Amino acid sequence: MIPAENILPLPLTDDFVPGESNFIQVKDFKFFYGKKRALHGITLDIPSRQVTAFIGPSGCGKSTLLRNFNRMNELIPGVRHEGDITIHGTSIYDPSVEIIALRRRIGMVFQKSNPFPMSIYENIVYPLRIAGQKDRSVLDETVERCLRSAALWEEAKDRLHDSALGLSGGQMQRLCIARAVASRPEILLMDEPCSALDPIATAKVEELIVELKKDFTIVIVTHNMQQASRVSELTAFFYLGNLVEFDDTKKIFTNPSQKQTEEYITGRFG
Amino acid sequence: MKSTAPLTPNFFSGAGRQTSILRLLRNKFLTGLCIFLSLLTLIPLLSIIILLLQKGVPLLGPNLFTQLPPAPGQDGGGFGNAVVGTFAMVGISLVFSVPLGIFAAVYVNEYAPVSKLASAVRFVAKLLTGIPSIICGVFAFAAIVMTTHKFSALAGGIALSILILPTILLTAEQALMGVPYAYREASFGVGATPFQTIWRIVLPEASSAMMTGIMLAVARASGETAPVLFTALFSYNWIHSLMEPTASLSVLIFNFASLPYSHHVAMAWTASLVLVTLVTVTNVIAQVIFRPKHQ
Repeated sequence: MIPAENILPLPLTDDFVPGESNFIQVKDFKFFYGKKRALHGITLDIPSRQVTAFIGPSGCGKSTLLRNFNRMNELIPGVRHEGDITIHGTSIYDPSVEIIALRRRIGMVFQKSNPFPMSIYENIVYPLRIAGQKDRSVLDETVERCLRSAALWEEAKDRLHDSALGLSGGQMQRLCIARAVASRPEILLMDEPCSALDPIATAKVEELIVELKKDFTIVIVTHNMQQASRVSELTAFFYLGNLVEFDDTKKIFTNPSQKQTEEYITGRFG
Repeated sequence: MKSTAPLTPNFFSGAGRQTSILRLLRNKFLTGLCIFLSLLTLIPLLSIIILLLQKGVPLLGPNLFTQLPPAPGQDGGGFGNAVVGTFAMVGISLVFSVPLGIFAAVYVNEYAPVSKLASAVRFVAKLLTGIPSIICGVFAFAAIVMTTHKFSALAGGIALSILILPTILLTAEQALMGVPYAYREASFGVGATPFQTIWRIVLPEASSAMMTGIMLAVARASGETAPVLFTALFSYNWIHSLMEPTASLSVLIFNFASLPYSHHVAMAWTASLVLVTLVTVTNVIAQVIFRPKHQ
């Protein structure tokens, strides 16, 4: 097997220089489900090692865009795109980019936590096992590293070999975050990660997001505007498949330049 | 209505009272009828079991499973070779139908669920579930017995595999559909290939439901007579190779029941009891042991 690093010229976590303002570049990106156009030419730059939030009413295209960063949308039959998305200067649609390698470099956390029906341990080492890693010490190390970075180590260390389905909802979602960082990705995509969690579990995940941005570039889709304002540096407001406004989170929530943004964040529509 | 009726002491009596007694009686009558008809459906099943026990138990003994059938007119003996033959042919049928059915189901449900090939496979499988079992026998006779010039366990097994293939394919597809899409998404999300996702996540999760389908197919195959009647024929000897006429429980029942010797007829009864027990046990295993795990 060719190592992922050789296929996708992304930087490795170790020699990665933080503070790249256009780490992910979306260039006039259009996306279609069959004949229905879901995104109308989106252009935006996402900086590295910060949290960027996508907000907007349901069906505005924010999840669609997020799911294009790791090309998850291509699992749906009949989709196509125009325009381009680059990560660290390389187009993710370049023929030399292996979709498998791309997804290994971009972790994803889904709306509903989806741990596999296996033990906590096996859930976290799954990304390593499918890449052919068999070294027991590497696997053990990864489990501890990932559970610690997902703030789950203390709760789970004595039950690593119990079924992951016995965890609480919030713990399951943190386990999914642990699994998402197991292959040492640079980017973490979160698709409404807290929408199925109670406020206490949500607070824990939010704390975690703030902690994780030291190591990862995080893009989060959320319906919860307080959440966007609490965890993100930048916020993009989408409406009907268009990017209405993209700016510092503080500015979006205190002094938006677009009327639509203001109406949405003040709750007048959406 | 503008306001709801006040809850007074005579709230439940009054204008509607006469009709409500009629309704009550009609309700009671229909409930009774349903119970009676449900009990009626149990009668055929129970009478079969009682009859089988009555006629089959007298000859029941360990020798039945270790000895060969007696020649017409003689007493004693057993049907060990028919039990072995049934197992052999059901085994052969599984060797062909299980991989074929499961791989087809994986293709149809995982790789190309909306393709023309997938809908063609689904359509044909549904069509084949309704095919009379004797057609499978005739087909295997023409395709295998005629070409090899031999009645054989192989021909019988292939006839049975044609019979159960659609069942295995369709239950396997149902089993795969039962695996939440979120598992696949999670697996693809961390960079798994479709093969890894299917092999490591989807199939293990679907396996118990698939086993249920396979056990039901086994139960059906072991009881069928028509497909093996003129493919495997019958034999009074132990099975030595898969390419010779082979006894099976179902054909033994068919043959012995029509013989004019009371011992053979009694043996057919006992063989029926054994066959029904076998089928029932497989059915119970299918439904109890391989129940879905995470629900």
